[in-house]
Amino acid sequence: MAEPLLSTDRLIKRFGGLVATDSVSIDVKAGEIHALIGPNGAGKTTLLSQLTGNLRPDAGTIRFAGREVTHVPMHARARLGLARSFQITSVLREFTALDNVALAVQAHSGHSFRFLSDARREPGLREPARRLLAEVGLEGRADTLASALSHGEQRQLELAMALAGDPKLLLLDEPMAGMGPEESHRMVGVLQGFKARRAMLLIEHDMDAVFQLADRITVLVYGRAIASGAPADIRANPDVRQAYLGDEAA
Amino acid sequence: MTKALRTPRGLITAILLLLLAVLPLLTQALDQRYLLSIGTRIVIWSIAAISLNMILGYGGLVSFGHAAFFGTGGYAVGILAANGITSGWIQWPVAILAGALWATVIGALSLRTRGLYFIMITLAFAQLVYYVGAGLEAYGGDDGLNITRSRFGGMIDLRDKAAFYWLCFILLCATLWFCGRMANSRFGLVLRGAKANDLRMTALGFPVFRYRLAAFVIAGAFGSLSGILLANEGAYISPAMMSWVKSGDLIVIVVLGGMGTLFGPIYGTIAFFVLEETLKPLLDLGHRGWGEYWQIVFGPMLVLIALYARGGLDSLLGRRHG
Repeated sequence: MAEPLLSTDRLIKRFGGLVATDSVSIDVKAGEIHALIGPNGAGKTTLLSQLTGNLRPDAGTIRFAGREVTHVPMHARARLGLARSFQITSVLREFTALDNVALAVQAHSGHSFRFLSDARREPGLREPARRLLAEVGLEGRADTLASALSHGEQRQLELAMALAGDPKLLLLDEPMAGMGPEESHRMVGVLQGFKARRAMLLIEHDMDAVFQLADRITVLVYGRAIASGAPADIRANPDVRQAYLGDEAA
Repeated sequence: MTKALRTPRGLITAILLLLLAVLPLLTQALDQRYLLSIGTRIVIWSIAAISLNMILGYGGLVSFGHAAFFGTGGYAVGILAANGITSGWIQWPVAILAGALWATVIGALSLRTRGLYFIMITLAFAQLVYYVGAGLEAYGGDDGLNITRSRFGGMIDLRDKAAFYWLCFILLCATLWFCGRMANSRFGLVLRGAKANDLRMTALGFPVFRYRLAAFVIAGAFGSLSGILLANEGAYISPAMMSWVKSGDLIVIVVLGGMGTLFGPIYGTIAFFVLEETLKPLLDLGHRGWGEYWQIVFGPMLVLIALYARGGLDSLLGRRHG
């Protein structure tokens, strides 16, 4: 069997006495959506931050695209094809939507020690950026300041930025957070459109979205992966029902 | 270009630049030599303020030690001159290199910190340079040192006030040109993006530290250029040119003029010097030496700017586009 795109081996992260990531081994295979669910404080974002390189694990290893990346810095992992979106919308507010995505494209097109030519007139940056905006359904908002976009549109923009550079794996931290049902629905549609082409690790509280999208689900409780499997198995798992899904899944 | 002139900002900026360009002719016609010396200092300080704005305004890095580059530029010229090397062709590149090197050292260490720590570290480094300057007994120590002006083999005589002014003005235009291009280049956008959200920029794949360090080095080089000019203006160097008060003045000028705007540092410098030169004699009308305390009036004006004109003087000229 081919090596998974991303895998962790007994990853541990402690904050003082708290074990936020407790010997977690998970993987994401090429072309699949793996959802990470769990109650608040289960350590989902902490785990994601270790995958991106924003946090250093205390023990364990992370492999991505055939090499160990446990100690590779964040910006270099991004260049290897590991892109993330943030739980708290994290776009550059005083730039236009197009500028935001063009900067993301720029991050993947050589170095940026170019001081004299106008980056906003580089077709090599602007055109791919426009295509990405169209891909997430924001083509009409290209010249709007990111701060003037609605919450849902900012989430879409966030996604377009993560897509720049054609990443192998998308780490999505609650892409539907704060969205209304209609916006959520649209986002599920957008994500489904990518599914064939890109692997995703998805953190999401919206269970309808998770069960619609995920090929596999891992449940994290108090930093531990208590269950992992196909959506139907997770739904039926008694431990999971007790720890997390409660009556919701009944 | 003609389009830009139709906005109040464009028009005012064009008039200001035009006035600066012909200032020696005006002061000669009015027989006001002193005005030309103020004008020269305005132009030199504008270069310093623009260089600080590259990191403070576009980069969001509050460096509280920028006057150190007055020192690296000034002392490089002064020390070389005192040792018999008076050629500007040698002095100036050495001085600019000294500024860039010093910026590399400060930047490499201070850019690992954030917020208040960054401010304190840059201040500490500038104080270090200040005390090194004060300790150089061979070069005047605390009292400073009279130097001979840089020589350019007959091409230009820096003792000629008007010629020196125009040289400064041309260098100001070159600095403006570079800063304007940089602000919208790939490099500039990375710098500005990192100011807005450095975690996001890192997650996108930008090694933010390297870009910030490069910006620091560029700012140091231009800062050193202003130090070279300052030393040649008065034919004098002293530790006072790099005291922390000067670093503070530079921050005030950039904030007053408008952070992260191309011409803001020039507006700020002009406002600062014009207010100083008008408030001092006004307060001294009673001959009680109140002129020294002109900042008592200047301070509240700054507070007003901070409260009601967040973008500095630049924002008073109307909204910017792009």
